[in-house]
Parts: sequence; structure tokens; C-alpha cells
Amino acid sequence: MSENNGFKSGSNLEKVLRAGHFAVTAELGPPKNADAETIRKKAAILKGYADAANITDNQTAIVRMSSIGAGALAVQAGLEPVVQMTCRDRNRLAMQSDLLGAYALGVRNVLCLSGDHQTFGNHPQAKNVHDIDSMQLVQMVVGLRDKNSFQCGEEIKGVNPRFFVGAVENPFGDPFDFRPYRLGKKAKAGADFVQTQLIYNVPRFREFMRRVVDLGVHEQVKILAGVGPLKTAGAAKYMRDQVAGMDVPDEVVNRMEAAGKGIEDKKEKAAAAREEGIKVCVELIEQMREIPGVAGVHIMAIEWEEAIPIITERAGLLPRPVVA
Amino acid sequence: MIVAEQKPIAEIQTLIGDAKRVLVVGCGTCVTVCFAGGEKEAGILGSLLRMSSQMDGNAKDVSEVTVQRQCEWEYLDVIKDKVADANVVLSLGCGIGVQALAERYPNALVVPGLNTTFMGMLQEQGVWVERCAACGNCMLGLTGGICPIARCSKQLLNGPCGGSSKGKCEINSETDCAWQLIYDKLKAQNRLHLLMEINPPKDWRTSRDGGPRKIVREDLRLPAAEKA
Ligand code: SF4
Ligand code: SF4
Repeated sequence: MSENNGFKSGSNLEKVLRAGHFAVTAELGPPKNADAETIRKKAAILKGYADAANITDNQTAIVRMSSIGAGALAVQAGLEPVVQMTCRDRNRLAMQSDLLGAYALGVRNVLCLSGDHQTFGNHPQAKNVHDIDSMQLVQMVVGLRDKNSFQCGEEIKGVNPRFFVGAVENPFGDPFDFRPYRLGKKAKAGADFVQTQLIYNVPRFREFMRRVVDLGVHEQVKILAGVGPLKTAGAAKYMRDQVAGMDVPDEVVNRMEAAGKGIEDKKEKAAAAREEGIKVCVELIEQMREIPGVAGVHIMAIEWEEAIPIITERAGLLPRPVVA
Repeated sequence: MIVAEQKPIAEIQTLIGDAKRVLVVGCGTCVTVCFAGGEKEAGILGSLLRMSSQMDGNAKDVSEVTVQRQCEWEYLDVIKDKVADANVVLSLGCGIGVQALAERYPNALVVPGLNTTFMGMLQEQGVWVERCAACGNCMLGLTGGICPIARCSKQLLNGPCGGSSKGKCEINSETDCAWQLIYDKLKAQNRLHLLMEINPPKDWRTSRDGGPRKIVREDLRLPAAEKA
């Protein structure tokens, strides 16, 4: 452990959180092709504005460049990745071998999730795996690090992968009463940090966090509140009406609708909506900072990486801390 | 029980091809109860095949017979002559029935008339639902009698996932979220503590993943001499 100066993984995200800074993570979506340049471009935009960036793993079950491949490119570009790993596409053998590879390529953060069901994606005919679930994946990645052993119990001889281990939780998923306990289970499984689903309903999230804090879970795991800028009123409506487990209050939809009203020029209209989306996001971040137990924000600007420098700047989150 | 449904007629016709003498074999057990391959369905399908072949100007000789259970040798022996007489045997049993027929009569050409769909039950008239995936190591004792393997779209052992919304699964609004059901049941039973424990990874060796399964009960086996 000495090589990490007492840190579990030595990742920048771990250091920032351990030092007590309000952390910022962003998201980098890999392309639907094999172009390394896309990753480099996006990494260049995010670098310096986030402590680490999530690299999604076939998000919404659509084939994209692998999160580990893209993550390795991000490492080369000087942006710390949080490699996402879902339980949908691989069994425990593939997951562990991928984790060994990811670590060898310089990846230090892993986010464990179950993964969107394949019916949503571009290969609905696929067989899904779900050999283990996200809770068990957390345990497995922690085991590689702390027990120095594979999931089967066999010892890892030589270098073992030492990741900073993340999980996700949706405060708006049902049953609401169970969600704080489920977060507690993820902490018990050994998660070091948790990123939440996108939050637009702040009162409901506040209630969730009140219960989390009552259980003392925020002391066992760092909680990053999920926020994100809306691009259009249509996107807001879609999330409100179509995405299971999302809670977008009408008030937010109305604001997005009002933003473009009366503007004739299409470009200007779109720009006004985007500006409002950024404004809402900055306000959300300001509210998140006041909620007890929230250790940072995870800003999801999907296919809109350029928004991150603007949001972090306006929310007063810059410069990002440098922790030795 | 095993739940199945009939294949589209065009597919069945392709499977039969230009065979002249067709024997439709119904089964009197599960597929009778789910109205897919019982005596009645065998009769209807038989007449349909007869009529359509007459209309095509290539009249087939189609006959029907229904056995009590297609998945047991002894019930198959009684149709020996009929099978021998047919060019094609169209089984309306589940996948097990089809294979039992094919195994019992190696020279016969046996084709399936049904798609075997799942192990489940009738929920309401006309609606069947899946209940068990035969994982080989039943965990219903931990989950309030609701199976997360067969009924959670992601087979989660520590659900519910973030997509659970208003009691429904993220895949569509018609599918109940198994973990919401489990939560409700355990809560009503005052056994929510069961959900606070982390279920460990499942040992899938007892499931299909361990290869084709077989049960040998030494206590029930006949001595070698008697078998012969
Ligand atoms: S736990 Fe296994 S054996 Fe029990 S109902 Fe579910 S699939 Fe069937
Ligand atoms: S919504 Fe419920 S049933 Fe569907 S995958 Fe998630 S936990 Fe399973």
C-alpha cells in the first residue's frame, strides 16, 4: 500500500474527495466508431474542469467504443477516467480480465452498474448476461484490491488492480423508502463513492439525503449528486414522460419552454434554450452544495462536453484543486 | 406448468413440406391446459392442414391423435403404428414432448408445431406469466416467494435497479418489477431485514450454465439385472 501513500487507489478523484474538496466529475461519451480523435478532443475540453470523467459503457445498450479503450485514451490525454462497467454484457470472467487490463492501462476509477436493458438499444436481439449484479460487482472490484483475490477466492499473484470503486443510485427509483437502504448496501459492499441519477426534483432529493444522513451512510461513502444541463424543452419532456425512474418537475419543463418563446430565429431559439439549461444546472449545483451529505457533483452533459467549462465556471467550482 | 403457443401456420406448413401422410400428435398435459396443443387444438390444426392442402390441389392425409403425456415413453408406445404410417409427425407437445417422440421413434421425422415459451401459470383467463427459470437452487425463501431470476429482467439478486418505477420494470409498463413485489411482500411480512443483507453471486452451475442437467436418484434406480 505504500506506493499509494495510504490511498486505496491513488486516483485524483480519491485524493480530491479525501482532502474534503467538493468534487466534480463529468461524463465523456465514446463514439459509435473507432475514432481515437473524438476521445482526445472531448478530453481536451474536459481537462482541468473536472476531477475525473466517466466513460460510459455501451450506454442505453448502444454499441460504442469500449469504456476501457476510451478510458485508456483519456489517460494518455491527461484526463482521469472513471471507467463504467455494466453487468449486462460480460460475466465475471470477462469483467475481471477487463479490470486487469484497465488497471494495466492506467485506469484507477471504476463505476459499477447493472446497465440499461438491451431492449432499449440497437441490438435488442442480444442475449444479456447478468451473471452478477452491480452490488456483487462492487464487492468483486473491492476484493481484487483489498483481499488481493479474484471473485472465486484465488489469490492474485503479482500486481493486483487497486481501483477507487464507484456505484450508482437512483433516489427517484421506487420503492422510495428502500433507496437510502440500498445506498447503504452499496456502502456495505465497499463502494468508495456513489453517483446519483440526474436530479431535477430537489425537495425529493433533499428528503432522500436526509434519510441517508440519518442512517450515517454519507460517512461510509462519498455521494456525488447527479446534475445535468437540459438542451431543449423536448429533452426535458422526454425525460419527464418517457424515462423510467426519472423525476423532472413541470416547473423545469416550463422554464425550458419559456426560454425560447417569442424568438423567431431557429438558431437563437436553440441557443436561448441551451442557456436556460445551463442556468438551471448551475442553480441545481448551488442547491446541491447546501445539502448535508453531498460530497460533490456528477455533471452529465451528454454529447455536450463544451457545457462543462461554462457550468463549472459559473457555479464557482474552478479552479479544480490539485492534491499531491 | 409448461406454457407454449402454436407456431404460425405458414411455418408449420414449411416444416411439413410435401409429406403426404401427416400425423398430428397432441399432448394431454401442460399444453392442453394452456390451449396450445391438446386434443382440441390438434383437431383444429389437423382440419386446417387438410383443408389447405386440398385447396392447394395436393391433398394430404392428415390424422390426429392425442396422448396423455408426450414426455413419457409408456404413453408413446400406443401410437407406434400410427407413427410408422406417417411421413411426418407434427408434435404439439412442448419441446420435451417433441424430443421424446423423436427419441422413441428414431426413424420417424418429428417436427415441432409449438414454441415452448416458459414455465409459468395462468394469471387470468387468456394471460399466462412466467414464474420459474429452473435455476436449480431455489431462493424463493429469501425473496418472499417471488422469483428474481425468472421475473426480474436483469436477474438481479440485490434489486431493485434504478429503472423501477411505480411498480413496473424499466423494460415496459406492462411488466411488474419483481423487486418492488419482493419489497412489498417482505414489508407486509415484517421481514425487510432480509433485504438488508447482500445476496452473494449465484453459483450458476446448478442452472443451464453447468451444462445439460440430470438427476440420478440411486434410491429409486432399479438393480442392473431388472433393467435389462
Ligand atoms: S429461484 Fe430458481 S428454482 Fe426458484 S423459482 Fe426462481 S428460477 Fe425457479
Ligand atoms: S425494474 Fe425491477 S424487474 Fe426490472 S430490471 Fe429493474 S429490478 Fe428487475
